[in-house]
Amino acid sequence: MTLIALSGVQKWFGGYHALRSVDLSIAEGEFFSLLGPSGCGKTTLLRTIAGFEAPSEGSLRIDGADMAGVPPNRRPTNMVFQSYAIFPHLSVAENVAFGLRRSGLSRAERDAKVEEALGMVGLSGYGERASHALSGGQRQRVALARALILQPKVLLLDEPLSALDRKLREQMQMELRRLQRSVGITFVLVTHDQEEALILSDRVAVMFEGAIAQLAAPQTLYARPATRQVAEFIGVMNFLPARSDGNGGVEVAGLGHAEIAPDQAPEGLAAGDLEAGMRPETLSLVLDGAEPPGRVVEGRIEERAYYGDMTYYEVSLPGSPRPLTVSMKNLMGREVLERGAKASLVWDPRALVVFPAG
Amino acid sequence: MRGGWLGAYALAYVVFLYAPIALLPLFAFNDSTVIAFPLTGFTTRWFTELTAVGALHDAAVNSVVIAVVTAVLATTLGVCAARAASRHRFPGRGPIMGAIMLPLVLPEIIVAVALLVVFLALGLSLSMLTVIAGHVLICTPFAIAVLNGAFQNLDPAMEEAARDLGETRFSAFRSVTLPLVAPGIVSALLISFTISLDEFIIAFFLSGSDPTLPVYLWGQLRFPQRIPVVMALGTILVVLSVALIASAELLRRRGLARAGMAQRGGVL
Repeated sequence: MTLIALSGVQKWFGGYHALRSVDLSIAEGEFFSLLGPSGCGKTTLLRTIAGFEAPSEGSLRIDGADMAGVPPNRRPTNMVFQSYAIFPHLSVAENVAFGLRRSGLSRAERDAKVEEALGMVGLSGYGERASHALSGGQRQRVALARALILQPKVLLLDEPLSALDRKLREQMQMELRRLQRSVGITFVLVTHDQEEALILSDRVAVMFEGAIAQLAAPQTLYARPATRQVAEFIGVMNFLPARSDGNGGVEVAGLGHAEIAPDQAPEGLAAGDLEAGMRPETLSLVLDGAEPPGRVVEGRIEERAYYGDMTYYEVSLPGSPRPLTVSMKNLMGREVLERGAKASLVWDPRALVVFPAG
Repeated sequence: MRGGWLGAYALAYVVFLYAPIALLPLFAFNDSTVIAFPLTGFTTRWFTELTAVGALHDAAVNSVVIAVVTAVLATTLGVCAARAASRHRFPGRGPIMGAIMLPLVLPEIIVAVALLVVFLALGLSLSMLTVIAGHVLICTPFAIAVLNGAFQNLDPAMEEAARDLGETRFSAFRSVTLPLVAPGIVSALLISFTISLDEFIIAFFLSGSDPTLPVYLWGQLRFPQRIPVVMALGTILVVLSVALIASAELLRRRGLARAGMAQRGGVL
């Protein structure tokens, strides 16, 4: 069931067009992410849902109700701010209880709810602490508890993990996912971190310059990006020049001919210059004489980067204008090729995605 | 011996700054109407005499009333200006803030004469009200300077978070913003109060028949035998001023520490 529906939403800040005709519907119970580089309008879109910005044009409905003119305090949404905005003059418990001030609950009921909310985010017994003495991860948990205590229909999260260090961020990602499953509330997350969006979300909207470029599940987004811009933004992708053969196939420089299914060419197979994209892990090298299934072309190792779990190779092919990046898992005892060595590259035509040349 | 010279310079500087003020209490407790060394003996007579002068009492009340009203008005205006300057970007923001802050550096004599001309042209009679108007004009920039620090330290998301959690625009300002800038407000009140209390030039030009304490003091200097009483009064004023400014700064710092924020802004 659709919980949030935006239709034709436009936003101008003076002469700056921040949102360009956004149509979007988010389902109840979904973990939804808005992903894009800074300035793409994702935060403006989130703030529009929260009620801090009013759309210049278009409509926003939450749970069927039109939100035009409804202030943030009367929307069924709560927000976790990027800075967390923990009130420094209040204790942890007072922060978490802030939203209950107008609820008319008795003191005992309120205390019970606060303790329950703190328990949900793993901060049981922290209520009496001063909020300015908390660590970054704890502040984030308090912000979550404070927003969830009102049992909103939608929890909005504005880059909630960007201030945390890498280890803590990965841990909090898992906790966010677990929390969302257990409370069953719709989460809308804004992030510029593509990995985070892929890990957490049921669906992701990728935004550039105020418009949604692709809205899809993480697997689709990664394997079948809709535009070259999306393909470049998410993960690593090799691009080689290609030409349509006019018969549902393409000729890729350095690799050869490939038949293309419709979903591999989201913008169609136009005649003329094309570009074929492929992810490093869909390519492989013949190591220790073991040949994986696929088509083989001969090349040479130009560069090698050892990452511990993986090795990344830059492989040059005759007929290709630039080397291809290939990633190989460092299985136990597996051969690692040196710079300058001859190599056999194995590719799979089904892994190609074809775009019009940029 | 570069360090030695610097030390001597610093000492001379401090003596120059504070020795004249140190003379106030010295002669205020000296048992002689002549302000000269050697001191002749200890007395609290001048302080006792202070309480006996009716005109002095009236002047003191005038001063306190003017200072309290000025502090409240200047701080209220300062809160509005500092919030607008820290939260909103609007056309002409720079020039407008510059114009508001200008009385900070304008010679007071010019402000005083200009105000006198305007009030007389408007046909207003000089009274405590005209002094208050002048004092608000010169105290507001100080209030803004103190409050700017408090407002700029404040995360704009704080007020939004309160609104998101059910508060209206106004109740969010009251329940979150005001408590967080309260130390700045108290500090602005105390500084405005102190400036107004011992301001002389504007009060002299605009007070008419309601003299303030500094104006009254100046009038007393014409009678040599009353100088020790003036010294006693001056001593009380110095102690009060220092106490007020010190508590203003203490409050401001404690507020910053409580909010876990970095030291920024302020006058001391």
